[in-house]
Amino acid sequence: MPIVNDFVLNVATVNGSGSQSSNNIILKTLFRMGIPVGGKNLFPSNIAGLPTWFSIRVSEKGYTGRKKDNDITVAMNLQTIAQDIQELKPQGVLIFNDDLKFDRILLRKDTLNIPVPFRSIVDGLTKAIKLKKFLTNMVYVGVVAELMGLDMKNLKTCAKDQFGNKNSSILEDNMKAIDAGAAWAREWLNTQDEATFPYQVKALNKTQGQILIDGNTAAALGLIYGGCTFVSWYPITPSSSLAEAFSSFAEKYRQDEQGKNTYAVVQAEDELSAIGMVLGAGWTGARAMTATSGPGISLMSEFAGYSYYAEIPAVIWDIQRAGPSTGLPTRTSQGDISFVANLSHGDTKQVMLFPASPSECFEFAQTAFDVADRLQTIVFVMSDLDLGMNFWMDKKFQYPTKAFDRGKTLSASDLEKRKEFHRYEDSDGDGIPYRTLPGTQHPLAPFFTRGSGHDEKARYTESSETYERVLLRLKKKWETARQVVPAPIVHSSKDNEVGVITYGSTDVIMKEVMDQLIAQDLQADYLRIRAYPFHPDIQKFIQNHKRIYVVEQNRDGQMKGLLTQEYGALNPNIHSVLHFDGLPIYADAVCKNIQEQEKGALHV
Amino acid sequence: MSEVTPPKIPPANTIGLSRPDYIGSASTLCTGCGHDSITNHIISALFQSGINPYDLAKMSGIGCSSKTPAYFSNKSFAFNSVHGRMPTVSTGAKLGNRQLKMIGISGDGDTASIGIGTFIHMLRRNLPIVYIIENNGVYGLTKGQFSATSEKGAKQKSGNINQFENIDLCTLALELGCNFVARSFSGDAKQLVPLIESALQHNGSAVIDVISPCVTFNNHEGSTKSYDMIKEHNLRLQELGFIHSFEDIKVDYSEGELQEVTLPDGSTLTLKKLSQEEHDFKNRFSAIELLNQYKHKNQLLTGLFYLNTESQGLLDTLNLCEKPLAQLNEKEIRPTIESFEEILKNFI
Repeated sequence: MPIVNDFVLNVATVNGSGSQSSNNIILKTLFRMGIPVGGKNLFPSNIAGLPTWFSIRVSEKGYTGRKKDNDITVAMNLQTIAQDIQELKPQGVLIFNDDLKFDRILLRKDTLNIPVPFRSIVDGLTKAIKLKKFLTNMVYVGVVAELMGLDMKNLKTCAKDQFGNKNSSILEDNMKAIDAGAAWAREWLNTQDEATFPYQVKALNKTQGQILIDGNTAAALGLIYGGCTFVSWYPITPSSSLAEAFSSFAEKYRQDEQGKNTYAVVQAEDELSAIGMVLGAGWTGARAMTATSGPGISLMSEFAGYSYYAEIPAVIWDIQRAGPSTGLPTRTSQGDISFVANLSHGDTKQVMLFPASPSECFEFAQTAFDVADRLQTIVFVMSDLDLGMNFWMDKKFQYPTKAFDRGKTLSASDLEKRKEFHRYEDSDGDGIPYRTLPGTQHPLAPFFTRGSGHDEKARYTESSETYERVLLRLKKKWETARQVVPAPIVHSSKDNEVGVITYGSTDVIMKEVMDQLIAQDLQADYLRIRAYPFHPDIQKFIQNHKRIYVVEQNRDGQMKGLLTQEYGALNPNIHSVLHFDGLPIYADAVCKNIQEQEKGALHV
Repeated sequence: MSEVTPPKIPPANTIGLSRPDYIGSASTLCTGCGHDSITNHIISALFQSGINPYDLAKMSGIGCSSKTPAYFSNKSFAFNSVHGRMPTVSTGAKLGNRQLKMIGISGDGDTASIGIGTFIHMLRRNLPIVYIIENNGVYGLTKGQFSATSEKGAKQKSGNINQFENIDLCTLALELGCNFVARSFSGDAKQLVPLIESALQHNGSAVIDVISPCVTFNNHEGSTKSYDMIKEHNLRLQELGFIHSFEDIKVDYSEGELQEVTLPDGSTLTLKKLSQEEHDFKNRFSAIELLNQYKHKNQLLTGLFYLNTESQGLLDTLNLCEKPLAQLNEKEIRPTIESFEEILKNFI
């Protein structure tokens, strides 16, 4: 019996060989057939020549997070073929390029091995040497499609969409390559005793109302519709595509009636300058942001402290990658949490948002500005490479209709009604002062912004009492912030003893994890943190459960550290479940880990 | 001989403000600091130009120089940023609100060392800003270390000799395509005020490197930036005059001796040749050549080295809309629902 709609297809190719289009076509076809999918690109820090893999998870149950085992591998890369063969699941399928010169003794007996003569197939299609490489990739699309039963009509439409901008002869060549691959696969199937391929897809109706998108593009869209007017950035993987997507959307959709830009994008000379520009723009009241990753965050730390102390709204998207230092620039991580929480010297506390999906990237791209303006401070949106650059299936975004929250900003006419205005005075008792924007035409408006010691009237001071008073007021603002930031999402069915906590992209595996735990008779509640400082609901959850497991993608349990710092006295049983090999977290290991820790806990 | 009739300075300027409206808090710098003189010249230039204080953004980094925005135009917004990063903050601020008139005050440490990267890239982008470097060749706040503009062979107060080549910020600015490059001396009101007035009307980065002696750490014998040294070696290239667009001034001059330059706002900068040097301030390459020559002559050449009145600033390059970005509302910047649906189709 073939396995239907539940497998992992892995394509092993060489970076720069143009396989991305092919993989996109397969992924999109599955999606349009109504089958839940997730696509993850495992790529090297390299332009061309090093190994790259694209992994497609097909899951009727909607488990679109990473799965470690490969059911089908399309092996196109000689460099990795031995490894690719080894990493196949028993009873898996190896579709390999028969032109690769490797010792066939490597082929396993417990897998189905299909040698495809790509060269001879492609030779029959074109004489153009340059084209052959790309057509080879389209041939495997045809082979895979035929073997698994992908809907050909759908596939052709996806191919058309993919090459829509290219001239018709390119599209035609690619279509021919797909057909040739499919024809070869049909013939091969006829030679087999069993006429069906062990992994099959069947059309479903489970992607209605969904889109397939990466988090960085989703964030860029959120910026466009959320009123972002200023972006400064310095290229760094895996964040560059966010700024670039913003630019390309803005070029098309953000001109005024005179054809002038209602936004500015500046590619900065480094990350220090990027955040400097963002603070300058934020100071004037523009909704300003930058996107970066760990090394850039390190460089931005001085300005991050400035923003905290001088109270200037700004937004930084941290698309986290694996550190420390240069680390693994093209691998994912949730490793910047504790660093960002107190980014910069002195008593500094930073607000973080944790988007868990593309739709939340879209939403938080808007929310971050509201929160930054409301709290008059820098807001970090902690995405990561997995969420930012991979293909996630998610519910279609809603067109935003909400007004921007500009926070406590006083215009000239507001000032007219006041006798006085002091920039850093806590007149509402919530720790958040009022601000005026440069250019406000009123004698009360101007003030002096500085990172040095200042009093309520924004005057320079080195007075100990004033310094302490300002720091305590900022702490009060931090307490206010708990209610301003997005509340956690809690799935709490009954009074379970065990509570599982995650944040950010780790959420994608949690449906699978919770189902597996239930199957193992382990009932647990689940809370997903969406922001720091912690919302009061997080404290309640921790108090209401005997044992807490914090699942995250770093070595040191950084979020667990922050939670323990605040709630350790309320619940000493906060434990970590960690994953930090640079690849996205997967459900099986998390489940096993929780179960083992539970066994230990119950035997004590 | 040419003759420039000095404009009569009214007690109130075109927007009805008087000079005291442009002053700031009392200076906390050392008595006799060159920076305080520059502050005074800035006040004069702002007042005479009729700058609306609410539209002025006073920007600075860190150092003695960067404290000075507190000492002028109290009615203006100010941003005393972090060390070496003032150009970046100014870039964001100007793009956020294009109505702001930017004046940046920096020092030789802030610009030539920690901030040289940001300075260079600000010039590449041609950010509209009056960029004044209060250049004393020394780190004052940290008590007397050499800065990167200090000449090789200069003597520190403690007796140490500077072993490294200096950076000439004017030559650097010229090479980077800056369209307004001048050097002056803190004690030279006649030269510096018209330079600042002209810079305020320039569409792009206007760099004025002002030699400003540090009375506490760099005013001794052997210093290359002491008052005595500057007075002895200062060679003024031109006598400068400035006629505002709103002034009706007749200039009497002999043909060939005095040049007039019309600035973008319709005001006029007049230049009268003072030295033997034949310098065409419209020629970038000869300006670089001239500065290189003087570097080896052990003389301090001051004046306007280069001016291009056709300069296009960063706002032009970015095709920025007329309304300040900071003031755009939902209706103006949230694209339509039709556009939204059109985009999302690509992801189905």
